[in-house]
Amino acid sequence: MNWGGPAEFFAMGGYGFYVWGSFGLAAALMALEPLLLRHRRKAALTELKRELAAKQEATDEE
Amino acid sequence: MSRRLINWFKYSSPQTFYPLAGKMIPWFATLAVLFGAAGLYIGFFVAPTDAQQGEGYRIIFVHVAAAWMSMFIYLVMAFWAALGLSLNTRLSGMMASALAPTGALFAFLSLWTGALWGKPMWGTWWVWDARLTSSLILFFLYLGFIALQSAIDDPRRADRAGAVLLLVGVINIPIIYFSVQWWNTLHQGASVSLTKAPTMARTMLWGMLLMVLSFWMYAIAAALYRVRCIMLERERNAGWVYELPEVKS
Amino acid sequence: MKNRHKRAALIVGGLAALGLAAALVLNAFRSNLVFFFTPTQVAAGEAPKDRTFRIGGLVETGSVKRAADGLTVQFVVTDTARQIPVAYTGILPDLFREGKGVVAQGKLGHDGVFVASEVLAKHDENYMPPEAAHAVEQAHKAAQSVKQ
Repeated sequence: MNWGGPAEFFAMGGYGFYVWGSFGLAAALMALEPLLLRHRRKAALTELKRELAAKQEATDEE
Repeated sequence: MSRRLINWFKYSSPQTFYPLAGKMIPWFATLAVLFGAAGLYIGFFVAPTDAQQGEGYRIIFVHVAAAWMSMFIYLVMAFWAALGLSLNTRLSGMMASALAPTGALFAFLSLWTGALWGKPMWGTWWVWDARLTSSLILFFLYLGFIALQSAIDDPRRADRAGAVLLLVGVINIPIIYFSVQWWNTLHQGASVSLTKAPTMARTMLWGMLLMVLSFWMYAIAAALYRVRCIMLERERNAGWVYELPEVKS
Repeated sequence: MKNRHKRAALIVGGLAALGLAAALVLNAFRSNLVFFFTPTQVAAGEAPKDRTFRIGGLVETGSVKRAADGLTVQFVVTDTARQIPVAYTGILPDLFREGKGVVAQGKLGHDGVFVASEVLAKHDENYMPPEAAHAVEQAHKAAQSVKQ
């Protein structure tokens, strides 16, 4: 165990800003990317469903 | 022999790859989380303080993982590009496109964490030495690839143009890797390489390798997820997408 | 119309990115391939004259002298063959230590003193806990005393 307590852990021996700035942005971006991907998938599925409904309507009318 | 070849091509069709990718994503995502948790635990609670850099060296656990992945993903994209140009398979172009944003993300993270590491240790956020400059060029290559692909409407033509860019830019990867040997740089040499024993304490090395594995698994999961999106968007005329349960329901 | 504008903007953006990348490569290859000169290279006259450049090497052990104001510092950069005295006023990076790597940017005066405007620390690729570093140092010293 390297740390005497949470305060020491977050201070990172005076390098807290640099260490947490690095890990923080990495975590943020690696959480954001899956969210954006889920959004992209939802949009694609909605579009396909809309097209499918339009197609079915067209065949029903024939 | 011929049957094997046919199987190979079968899996390279979007229609068969789509459900396969869907099954693989949770596995790679789980592995990414497990390796990441283990890597962070070792990196912060087991690996000792560094003699020179104190606690500041712990940036290595995210910096090296991001930098390695940014180079490795580019090589994988170049591999798909070569395959796409020679065999003209649809899947290769889709895979290259699916990997690009994740590669750009890691390239950016390697620059960002490098700057945050350089400021306290070297005394500067940035210098124009060969290692840092070639890493910046890698980031621009990713952005250039993404911009080029989205500028061309026809996906097949976009794939071919992107593939050419990828294969031209692959020269940058050995330049990045060997820059610290070929030229005087501010960046130090490699701590881990194939030709000599690592110059790191064992627990530090383990933490770093686990983080690399975690980022690797994350990249696979993200790329598979994105390639499924790309298939849904591109295969609109193929018909099979309308048979998918998630579309039909 | 809108799509065409978007496409044109993307093509311009892509070309700009590529152009920027190419410019950076050329610039790096032209002036920065040699990021720093060693004291031996400077002694051989390879470094540019009347222009700022960087010197790199180790901070000679026992050479660091701090002035009373606490900001001005003098030290000697060595590559174990040649030495260059350096004068610098400013904040030193955390890893600036005697016996460790350093890169200084500035001008070489006629008196042979390199007046630095920026001092950067260049650390090595070794990562180890303090106890291990101490052990390595002891072993090094022991080996040297055996040689002598």
